[in-house]
Amino acid sequence: MANLPPRILIVDDESPARNRLKDLLDDCRPDFPFELLGEASNGREAVGMINQVGADIVLLDIRMPIMDGLETARHLQKLQHPPAIVFTTALDSHALEAFELNAVDYLLKPVRLERLLTALKKAMSNRRLSPAALNIVASQVRSHLSVTERDRVTLVPVADICYMRAELKYVTLKTLQREYLLEESLVNLEKEFSASFLRIHRSCLVARKFVSGFEKIVDKGSDPHWVVLLKDLPEKLPVSRRQSHVVKEF
Amino acid sequence: MRREIGDGEDERQKFVMASINQNGASISLPNFCNLGAMLRSLLLVNAIGLVFALARADQLNMLWREFLSVATFLEPALLASMVVLCTARPFLKRLSYHSGLLVIALTVLLISTLIHKMGQRLLGDDMPYGLIHIWILSLLTTGVLLTYFELRARALSPALTEARLQALQARIRPHFLFNSLNTVLSFIRSEPKRAELALQDMAELFRVLMADNRQLTTLENELELCRQYLRLEQLRLGERLQVVWHTDKMPGNALIPPLLLQPLLENAVYHGVEPATFTGEVVINIYRHHDQVIIVLRNPYHRENSHHTGNKMAMNNIRERLALHFDAEASLKTQSLNDVYQVTITMPYVSQEK
Repeated sequence: MANLPPRILIVDDESPARNRLKDLLDDCRPDFPFELLGEASNGREAVGMINQVGADIVLLDIRMPIMDGLETARHLQKLQHPPAIVFTTALDSHALEAFELNAVDYLLKPVRLERLLTALKKAMSNRRLSPAALNIVASQVRSHLSVTERDRVTLVPVADICYMRAELKYVTLKTLQREYLLEESLVNLEKEFSASFLRIHRSCLVARKFVSGFEKIVDKGSDPHWVVLLKDLPEKLPVSRRQSHVVKEF
Repeated sequence: MRREIGDGEDERQKFVMASINQNGASISLPNFCNLGAMLRSLLLVNAIGLVFALARADQLNMLWREFLSVATFLEPALLASMVVLCTARPFLKRLSYHSGLLVIALTVLLISTLIHKMGQRLLGDDMPYGLIHIWILSLLTTGVLLTYFELRARALSPALTEARLQALQARIRPHFLFNSLNTVLSFIRSEPKRAELALQDMAELFRVLMADNRQLTTLENELELCRQYLRLEQLRLGERLQVVWHTDKMPGNALIPPLLLQPLLENAVYHGVEPATFTGEVVINIYRHHDQVIIVLRNPYHRENSHHTGNKMAMNNIRERLALHFDAEASLKTQSLNDVYQVTITMPYVSQEK
C-alpha cells in the first residue's frame, strides 16, 4: 500500500486549465511518480468520482459552476480518509489571506512547475486539512448538503430539499424522492439557509418554494392550529403557536 | 527663514494662477443643441423671470400675473435664440470664446427686439414693457446664463473632468488576465498556432486597456476590441460561450467612450456564462434609431449565484462616463426578465466627421 503512487484528480471547469495541469503533472513525474485518476469539471462530478475510486490528492479549482471548490472540500472532509486538497485559483484577492492564515494550500494560476511539485510533496506528507481551517475559508452558503453513507459522500442539492426536521441527534432532510439523515444542528442550518427556508416549528424548517399554502385545522379537544401544505407531497407540517405569525408573513 | 517660505508660497500661487488661466483659455461656448444645456437654460431663465416678477409685483397675489407676462416674452425669446444658436453652432465654434459671447449677446438682442415688435403688433398699446426694458431683461438673462455655463464648464472641465475620466477608466478584472495567460499556456504545446493568435489578441486588448482612454473612439474600433476579448474567452470556455452579433445596421463611425462595451461583455461572461455548465448565449444588438445609437446586450441571469456589488460598480462607472461625455442625452438601463439580464444604452449619434 505504501509503495503505490498517489492518485491525483484534477477538478476545473475550464478544459484548457485542466490540460495545462496535466502537462505540468507530466513534467513532475520524474520527481514525483503518481497515477492520474482523471478529471472533473465541477465539484459535484469530483465528489462522484472520489466516491467511486477514491483519490489521494485533489487539485481543486475554486470558482466553478454547480458546486465551487471550497464547498467541495468541505463535503470531502466527511470521508473516513479524505484526500489532500490543493486549491488552484486565478484570483489573487483578500480571500487568499485567509488561506495563508489557516495553512490551506493553494496554487495561483498560471501554476509554476516548482510550486506544483512543492505542493504535491507537501500534500503527501501532511494530508489532513483541518476542518476548522476549512470552515473559516469556506464560509459561504452551501449549494449542497452532504451525508455519509457507507463511507461515500452523498450530496443532496439544497434546491431539492422540501423540509428539514430535527429528530433526536439528527436532522431529517426530505426530498421528493427520499429522506436523508444529517448530523448537523437545525439552529445552524436555519442561520445558513434563512433566505430560502422558513422556520414553522421549533423542530422544522420548510423550503419556501415548496410551500403551496396553509390550512387551519380545528380538532375536537385541542386548540385550532395551522398546517403547511406542500407542493407535490401529501404531508401536512404543523405550524407551532409561537411561529404562527409566518402564516401571515408568507 | 520666513521670507523663504513666503517666496515659495508666491511661486505656488503663480503656478496655480497659470494653470487656471490655461484652463480658462480652453473653455468653449455651451452647446445649445445639447438637451442638458437646453433644460438648464429653461430652468434658469424661468427662475430669472420669477425674480423679475417678484420685483415688479406690489402684492403677492400679483406675482402670478407678473410672472406670466414676463414668461410670455422670455419663453419665445429663449426658444428662438436656442434654435438660432444651435443652427449657427458650426459658425460659433470657429470664433474665439469672447467674440462668441459677443455674437450670442447680439443675437439675443436682435431676437428680443423682433419679439417685442411682434408683441406690439399683436397687443398694440397693451404691451407691458418698453423696448429698453426688454433689452435690459434679455441682456441680464443672457449674462447670467452664460456666466452659469462658464462656471459649470470650469467646474467640470477640463482638469477635473479629465481627472474624473482617468479615475473612471475601465479596469479589467485581474482574474481575466491570469485566466487568459493560463489558457494560452495550455495551448503552447498542443496547438502553438492557436496560442500565437491568442497572444496577439491579448496584446492588442491590453494595449487599449493600458492606453489613455479619455478621447472618444469609433464604434467599429470598440467592436473589434470586443471581438478580440470574446475570442479569448471562447478559447477558455469553449462551447459554454455562444455569442450572437446583430450589428449589420450599426453605424460604425459613431463616436463612443472607449471601453464602454468591453466591460459590459466581461460582466456578461462573468455573471451569465461562467456560473453555468450549459451553453450561455450573449446577444449583442447595435443599431441607429434617428439621431440615437442603441446598444442592447443580453445574457443569461442566474439568481442563485449573482454577486451584485461588482456588477453595480461597473454599471455606475459606465453611467458616469456616459454622463461626462454626453450629459443628459445618454442613458444606461438594466433589467432582469425571467432568466435574462439586459443592458440598454442609448446615446446621441455623433459621427467622426463632425
